[in-house]
Amino acid sequence: MSFLTYLINGLSLGSIYAIIALGYTMVYGIAKMLNFAHGDFIMVGCYIIFSVSAAMSGNSVVGIIVAIILCTLLGVTTEFVAYRPLRGAASPLAVLITAIGVSYLLENIALLIYGADIKSFSSVISWEGLSFADGQLKIQGVTIITILVSVVILIALQLFINKTKQGQAMLAASEDKGAATLMGINVNRTIALTFAIGSALAAIAGALLCSAYPSLSPYTGAMPGIKAFVAAVLGGIGSIPGAMIGGLVLGIVEILSKTYISSQLSDAIVFGILVVVLLVKPTGILGKVIQEKV
Amino acid sequence: MKKFNKVVSTVMASALAMAMLAGCGDGAAQSAGSGSGSFKIGAIGPLTGAAAAYGNAVVNGAQIAVDEINAAGGINGYQIEYKGEDDELNAEKSVNAYNSLKDWGMQVLVGSTTSACSIAVSENTKADNMFQLTPSGSAEDCVKYDNVFRVCFSDPNQGIASAQYISDHNLATKVGIIYDNSDVYSSGIYQKFVEESAGKNYEVVSAEAYTQDNNTDFSVQLQKAKDAGADLVFLPIYYSDAALILTQANTMGYAPTFFGVDGMDGILTVENFDTSLAEGLMLLTPFAADATDDLTVNFVKKYKEKYGETPNQFAADAYDAVFIIKAAMEKANVTPDMSVSDICDAVKGAMVQIEASGLTSAKMTWAASGEPNKEPKAVVIKGGVYVSAE
Amino acid sequence: MNKTTKSNLITYGIVIGAYIIVEILMLTGNLSSHLKGLLVPMTYYAVIAVALNLCVGILGELSIGHCGFMCIGAFSSAFFSRATENAIPTVPRFILAFIIGIAFAALFGFLIGIPVLRLKGDYLAIVTLAFGEIIKNVINALYIGIDGKGFHFTMKSSMDLGMEPDGDIIVNGAMGITGTPHNSSFTVGIIVLLIALFIVQNLVNSRDGRAIMAIRDNYIAAESTGINVTSYKMMAFTISAAIAGAAGVLFSHNITTLTASSQYFGFNASIMILVYVVLGGIGNIRGSVIAACILYLLPELLRGFNTYRMLIYSIVLIVMMIVNWSPKVIEWRKKTFGRINLPWRRAKEVA
Repeated sequence: MSFLTYLINGLSLGSIYAIIALGYTMVYGIAKMLNFAHGDFIMVGCYIIFSVSAAMSGNSVVGIIVAIILCTLLGVTTEFVAYRPLRGAASPLAVLITAIGVSYLLENIALLIYGADIKSFSSVISWEGLSFADGQLKIQGVTIITILVSVVILIALQLFINKTKQGQAMLAASEDKGAATLMGINVNRTIALTFAIGSALAAIAGALLCSAYPSLSPYTGAMPGIKAFVAAVLGGIGSIPGAMIGGLVLGIVEILSKTYISSQLSDAIVFGILVVVLLVKPTGILGKVIQEKV
Repeated sequence: MKKFNKVVSTVMASALAMAMLAGCGDGAAQSAGSGSGSFKIGAIGPLTGAAAAYGNAVVNGAQIAVDEINAAGGINGYQIEYKGEDDELNAEKSVNAYNSLKDWGMQVLVGSTTSACSIAVSENTKADNMFQLTPSGSAEDCVKYDNVFRVCFSDPNQGIASAQYISDHNLATKVGIIYDNSDVYSSGIYQKFVEESAGKNYEVVSAEAYTQDNNTDFSVQLQKAKDAGADLVFLPIYYSDAALILTQANTMGYAPTFFGVDGMDGILTVENFDTSLAEGLMLLTPFAADATDDLTVNFVKKYKEKYGETPNQFAADAYDAVFIIKAAMEKANVTPDMSVSDICDAVKGAMVQIEASGLTSAKMTWAASGEPNKEPKAVVIKGGVYVSAE
Repeated sequence: MNKTTKSNLITYGIVIGAYIIVEILMLTGNLSSHLKGLLVPMTYYAVIAVALNLCVGILGELSIGHCGFMCIGAFSSAFFSRATENAIPTVPRFILAFIIGIAFAALFGFLIGIPVLRLKGDYLAIVTLAFGEIIKNVINALYIGIDGKGFHFTMKSSMDLGMEPDGDIIVNGAMGITGTPHNSSFTVGIIVLLIALFIVQNLVNSRDGRAIMAIRDNYIAAESTGINVTSYKMMAFTISAAIAGAAGVLFSHNITTLTASSQYFGFNASIMILVYVVLGGIGNIRGSVIAACILYLLPELLRGFNTYRMLIYSIVLIVMMIVNWSPKVIEWRKKTFGRINLPWRRAKEVA
């Protein structure tokens, strides 16, 4: 019984990683850049929901909608101002460092506006969840909703990428920017669209992250962002179902290693497992093996 | 590309040279600027980064004390000039902040806010023989030099006092602990608490750690305490993590007595926090923001007006630190034209003679070792406010 | 004198020149204590930037856990210095501390390199990040003490050490090592930097270095010409780790509290070093040294802006990246400044 409880706890944590990883992998897979500021977009989304909900006396639906719109704008603006000028730079690392700059910038703006003290976030989900076996086993509402939302996003993204023209354009741009341009695809616009979707997903992930772990500070997004990145790599970079699976696996492994091995060394164990998985499958769980051509 | 790199290096090298020269300018200005008729007090703490809440509280709390003292005529008739610097919770940057304050002409240091930073800075204050009063550096080694004193309790002290209190009041038979093993403060209290618990009338049944990189999910730590049958969970951690622990314990329907230390203070003032979750939480704290004595009421009001937040224990410690310095300086009758080292020797001597009262205690005295002598107050949260647990 | 020798000499010249200028300023009392305090950190960040540039720029593998090696160098050497503080005089002890710190970092670099270098690209990067975090987490749970009976070691807590009452706990978990002797100085830092530069620049211009760069540019072509890809990769990675370890030794002997916390050895710290490398120019060793110094100085010089300090720093970082790397800006800069005939520029073109 207690194993089941721990497994469910792992699932709750993993579902949060999964939903963040979806947004991460979206941008990562298409634009081929590690957007280190993604975690901070999540934080911005949380603060917007927090402020709007407070102003609307607790109405979080409006807050989430406003957050999605503003985060989308933020994502597109950031892409335009900070990332686009560096497209085609001599090294792909240049844009990575700029993303770090953007991450610092957002954190410090939040610090100046909201102060450093944590704020308690009111959950946007009021549903208590399900309980089984006379309340011995409880699955929280936020966990179920997070998993449902992740699955919906997963399916929607798959359909979008595989069935629509814009989605096909994204795939083309991610494979070969030059060839895509020759085929008449506006690569800049396609990547801007990717950022718009990725940032909107960040706002949704933020709402769920802070509902599950209701503590909000300018650094809220940083660590979950990194963990989600690890999850995305674990699942196979660029693979959208892989991000989902990677997130869930990471959450469950983290909780079980804390439970059965050591809570002091849990970070080391989680990262150790990541290393082992990558050694066995060097491109992640669902990653494609790309044959190198000579 | 090569050529371009060359341009960049040249530009950078000249920028570096400029920076150095600018720095020299600072140095020259500083030596000319000393000798004014006011005391210069500096403070150091993390103003940015994950621990920014604590550093800002210290710098702001001290600012309020300085403003009050200046309005009332200063120390020995001299006004105070005050400056707070950022250390990003980084011992190396803390030393940089100290050096920068020294260039500014600092004569007495209130800081650093955190233990590791405070220890690193004390090495420098010792070498310069500058008087250092750390408001919240609680590790044992913070006050190992004779020029360093502290306002807060030491970590071992809190661990011992907590174990003693739980045992004396028969609060529990089985105790669980959740602590932060990436934090000096938390692991310091934890170690002493466990040592002290040997032979007491309760048993430590679970001790689970977490780290600052892994402080969102506490379900395992709580579940383990629950499975082990702990009826009291000891939380030697800061309120920001504790707020999450209380929420998660509530969600899983686990309601032991939670017992915190001074870092727990501030939990009731977390914006939007459901204070009913903290019902029954006990903590040993020197400060309570909703105390009704004039000093606290006045301080909390000013702090809220000026910074829009409710002060926590860090702010109170820093506020007291400035007044303690004032008392010691008045006792020693120092003047701003004395050298840093002379001020230090005089104030050091006065520290063991004074008896201060402030926000964190009505009566504090100091031993030459730098440790304060004051009583921790145990409070319990009832109906969203602190109530004395006695 | 050929071009590379000249370029190498210029690098040493810049470092030695900077050293001489700073020493003169210090002797004449023109250097503020703030800047004096920054000198040693600047040298060790320059050293680790050189180390990371060897890995990222020359070997061509992105490492985002390099501070882990710095951490190993720092802890092993600080442990040695603390344990032998009263037994060995300062100078030989500090030299031995360097040897131990570098040896441990190199050993871990070698061991970690075996799995890491089997991977490619972003997967490799994430595994270096993983190892950086593992090192940090393990040291945070490490307790080592010494008493009359010898060394005691545990991964649980200081109580489990089972020490005699007179014992001394040297590595105390999250509380780390306190009281490491303060031996690092600007002069020592500059010497270490010069040695690191000497090793890396000579490696780059040697047969081995050309093999390493051939692997970076096209490993299939390199392999088919008979270059042993694995052993050259391991060599570069291990040397890089060893130099990072030397930076760690300087670090731990500069401040008296050494804790394995994220501020110094975490993923963010490793990224900061990567920023130095990218801004200074990937593969440009001299650039790394200069960029490390400037970027370390920048937030310190911005202290006057108080609360806006880190905000301004982040904006400067973004702007510098765009100015330095954007293809359009580079093109514009060439057009605008290209017409001006600088003498050294012409000479270069002729050459």
